[in-house]
Amino acid sequence: MNRSRLAFWIFFAPVIMWLVLLIVLPHLDLLTMSFRGENDYGDPIWTFENYTNFFTEPVYWLTFVRTALYAIITTFITFLLAMPVSFFIAKLARTRAQGALMILLLLPFWVSELVRIYGWMILLRESGVLNFFMLKLGIIDTPIEMLYNDATMIMGLVYTSMLFMVVPLVSVMDSLDDSLIEAAHDLGAGHLTIWRTIIIPHCKPGITSGSIVVFMLALGNYLTPNLMGGKNSLWFTEQIYNQFIASFNWNQGSAFGFLLLLLSSLIIWVGLKLTRQKLGEVAS
Amino acid sequence: MSNDLSVRNMVKKFDDFTAVDNVTFDVPKGSFFSILGPSGCGKTTLLRMIAGFEEPTSGAIEIRGKDMLGVPPNHRPVNLVFQHLALFPMMNVEENIAFGLKRRGVKGPEIRKQTDTMLERVGLPGFGGKQINQLSGGQKQRVAIARCLVLEPSVLLLDEPLGALDLKLREQMKIELKKLQTKIGTTFIYITHDQSEALVMSDHVAVMNNGQFEQIGTPQELYGKPKTPFVAQFVGDNNQWSGNVTQSNPGEIIIATDDGYSFRTKGDAPCADGCRVNLYLRPEAIRIEPRQTEGLNVFDVQVKSILFDGANSRLLTTTKEEHELIVTLPQTRKFDHIKPGDTISVGWHPESGICFEAEA
Repeated sequence: MNRSRLAFWIFFAPVIMWLVLLIVLPHLDLLTMSFRGENDYGDPIWTFENYTNFFTEPVYWLTFVRTALYAIITTFITFLLAMPVSFFIAKLARTRAQGALMILLLLPFWVSELVRIYGWMILLRESGVLNFFMLKLGIIDTPIEMLYNDATMIMGLVYTSMLFMVVPLVSVMDSLDDSLIEAAHDLGAGHLTIWRTIIIPHCKPGITSGSIVVFMLALGNYLTPNLMGGKNSLWFTEQIYNQFIASFNWNQGSAFGFLLLLLSSLIIWVGLKLTRQKLGEVAS
Repeated sequence: MSNDLSVRNMVKKFDDFTAVDNVTFDVPKGSFFSILGPSGCGKTTLLRMIAGFEEPTSGAIEIRGKDMLGVPPNHRPVNLVFQHLALFPMMNVEENIAFGLKRRGVKGPEIRKQTDTMLERVGLPGFGGKQINQLSGGQKQRVAIARCLVLEPSVLLLDEPLGALDLKLREQMKIELKKLQTKIGTTFIYITHDQSEALVMSDHVAVMNNGQFEQIGTPQELYGKPKTPFVAQFVGDNNQWSGNVTQSNPGEIIIATDDGYSFRTKGDAPCADGCRVNLYLRPEAIRIEPRQTEGLNVFDVQVKSILFDGANSRLLTTTKEEHELIVTLPQTRKFDHIKPGDTISVGWHPESGICFEAEA
């Protein structure tokens, strides 16, 4: 073996080890576990029961549909908010201000997600800051409970995901030549048409990669839905948690884990097909 | 004859910096008008104000008699061909050309017909389905122009569109652009820092410097009768002497140059005796070894080197006072005997000198 090959393997080994030991092996274990069950006598057997349970029990698949739907809504809202923000940072702000704005955007991520969510709770709860001021100003008579509903939960998810949409969008918008926007304007396009025909098509790769990340993060989030969502707004990750920790049914839990992985991949695949894109193009 | 564009006392200031300083001009209908100037002279700012991307600090713009102040670019009857063309890479050639028509709400079949006609006009029939990155530089150029012309603008603005092309193609496109303009008859306003582009294509050229127009005129006027020293230096090559007027007769003055020559030249500039002047002389005005020396300013120079460039060949010579002169070398084989190091006599006619009073 020549030296460059040796060097390659030396540097590659940690990556391989990390992938195999921490990702592939545990998942293989979970995979086998998800196909295990017990027969009536309590003997361990191979079975599809863990998977059929998901489809036969409405509460399981309904939770999943709800989770996926809300994750999609979260992604869409994040996209709508991130677009003007990124445009401002990439195109309108001065070069010196750009860095400062990006840091402002990053700053909340210095703090752990848990602390950030508690921050929101202090603001929004019945005896919280917002209610206090609204009562003082006489806008409302009785405090409103703003926590524990779906809207607040989605707001929390959007807040957590914002950065992961803005960063890829800023980088694609940076590469958009200003003269393209001016040319479209010159040829008679108004602001809306410029967004529709020039800016969004140009930003497509950034939108897709940002959306995939935000969707996956929202779908796999546990803290925000758990803390900000209501009693009856169950997130699919909570189902998995319940199976592992509450019911101690590891077989069912790992089956759910794999279903989450498969179904979310399926949703992304459908999304890419609908917008006629390839994953390779997005990643590059 | 009516004017397609008239600009009155236009001023544009960015903070303390005055980019365009009190510019006034008219562009007659159907003409090819160039604005020539060094980079940073404000010509792009001027063009962007006509297109509507910048608002003038003061002054007026009229296009076909209509006031354009406050009208956004998408509602002005002018189109701009950008320096780097700004073709939309997310669309093919046909969609690029159809872009403006779609914005006007033209119906599908009509758009198709017009884009096809336009592609044919610019010599790219059947290119509609191609992607932008499949085109060569010259083809992109033509698509960018077609994209604007299909909208039948009152005025087409071009911002140094040939800058990115290689030399050979640039020469070709110059002629093609001129032909296209003559064929279509749209008013072109062309911005460039390349004097040969401006001289070859234009009906009228404005020479711009430091935000002001130095002179507006036909290419011949600019070359033959520059009104300011800047124009004399910027348009074409010139040899330069500084000196004092020793005698001024009607229509003729005698100058004593700083290195001791005495030249007779035509004196349009109102020069009193003793005032300082700069004398400019075109390389082609200097004749090599003139047979008849009567009436010419004749002196000897030493050939330093021969700058051979085909029909554009020159001699780099110096006088015995080490004053450099560039002399056109006609390729008639008559002067093949000249070698570097030779001393030759040269002469020029008083009519060909251009004199300006030197700035204090």
